[in-house]
Amino acid sequence: MRPEDFDFAAKLLKDRSGLVITRDKAYLLESRLTPVARKRGLKGLEDLVGGLRTAGEDLLREVTEAMTTNESFFFRDIKPFEQFKAMVLPAMLAARGSRKTLRIWSAASSSGQEAYTLAMVLKEEGAKLAGWKIEILGTDISTEMLEKAKAGLYSQFEVQRGLPIQLLVKYFKKTSEMWQIDPAIRAMVQFREYNLLHDLKPLGQFDVVFCRNVLIYFDQPTKTRVLDNMSRVMPDDGFLYLGGAETVLGISDKFKPVPDQRGVYATTRMPGK
Amino acid sequence: MKSCLIVDDSKVIRMVAKKILHELSFKTEEAEDGAQALEACKRSMPDAVLLDWNMPVMNGIDFLRAMRALPGGDHPIVVFCTTENDIEHIQEAITAGANEYIMKPFDSEILQAKFSQVGLL
Repeated sequence: MRPEDFDFAAKLLKDRSGLVITRDKAYLLESRLTPVARKRGLKGLEDLVGGLRTAGEDLLREVTEAMTTNESFFFRDIKPFEQFKAMVLPAMLAARGSRKTLRIWSAASSSGQEAYTLAMVLKEEGAKLAGWKIEILGTDISTEMLEKAKAGLYSQFEVQRGLPIQLLVKYFKKTSEMWQIDPAIRAMVQFREYNLLHDLKPLGQFDVVFCRNVLIYFDQPTKTRVLDNMSRVMPDDGFLYLGGAETVLGISDKFKPVPDQRGVYATTRMPGK
Repeated sequence: MKSCLIVDDSKVIRMVAKKILHELSFKTEEAEDGAQALEACKRSMPDAVLLDWNMPVMNGIDFLRAMRALPGGDHPIVVFCTTENDIEHIQEAITAGANEYIMKPFDSEILQAKFSQVGLL
């Protein structure tokens, strides 16, 4: 691949999704874009990347989607959901007791497992949440992933990664070879196409944000910008969840780690901001 | 070191499971059917049982009920591992006292995920 073609592709990906591809990760282009090239009847990666300058929106979108990592599973890492149930949810129920509304955002929701996990966790709380209006929003840039999330259909392999068997029996139905999540759980979650790099205000305010294993793909200035933008759509007592390998330390002063709660961050308000 | 009894009439499955479980630092024992497994449990209760459903002599669900009725039979954490993948079988297994349920085919990732869910890892 010509270096100028690589640079063009790298810039395109960073602008559209925040994804940083350095030269030592060029193999990722090879492994993920070769199928796209083939599908388009092109000879190979070189032709695809070489033609990006003059490509239409649908190809640029397809290339961007192919390059993003969409790994997701139910109850990923388990701990964050236990913390949510034990600490964040009770705090929110106390703080929002008068207006009884709660909005939760699964940012970069991929195929929806995180958003649905939250819905199941809330459903299991049952009576405590009677009369509450709880919204869970999942957003992603990949329309393919959003379609899958909305359908709520998962393979046997996907429902075995992290989902306790009791919850599979309780909230899923088997439809031929796939498992479909219960309509009542699906109704608790909305999915919407949205780019994290854009202004987040149109999404409204979120009490709790899950943005796990997303920032790792971004460079430092992009991380800072996304975190700052997120803090603007969160209240003073909001909580943010990041992935195990992510932190706000040295990246944003808009959040501070919650003591003894790994991966959980609280919004901070700096005077005058 | 925790112990796991692998109950499956397929030698290949027992081998695969054994390899994964050794990597997860389990001590393993094997049984080819439910009756053999029950004898093994009478000698010494394992911490975990990885259990196939369809086997000659005594099947997995009959073994599970018989084992739970033994003294100390409530101790082992039982994870079914079977090609039976419909809700009815899963429900029957849970009712009989299974703690988790793996639908074959499985790999080390699934086995590890399930074992950690039930607190074995």
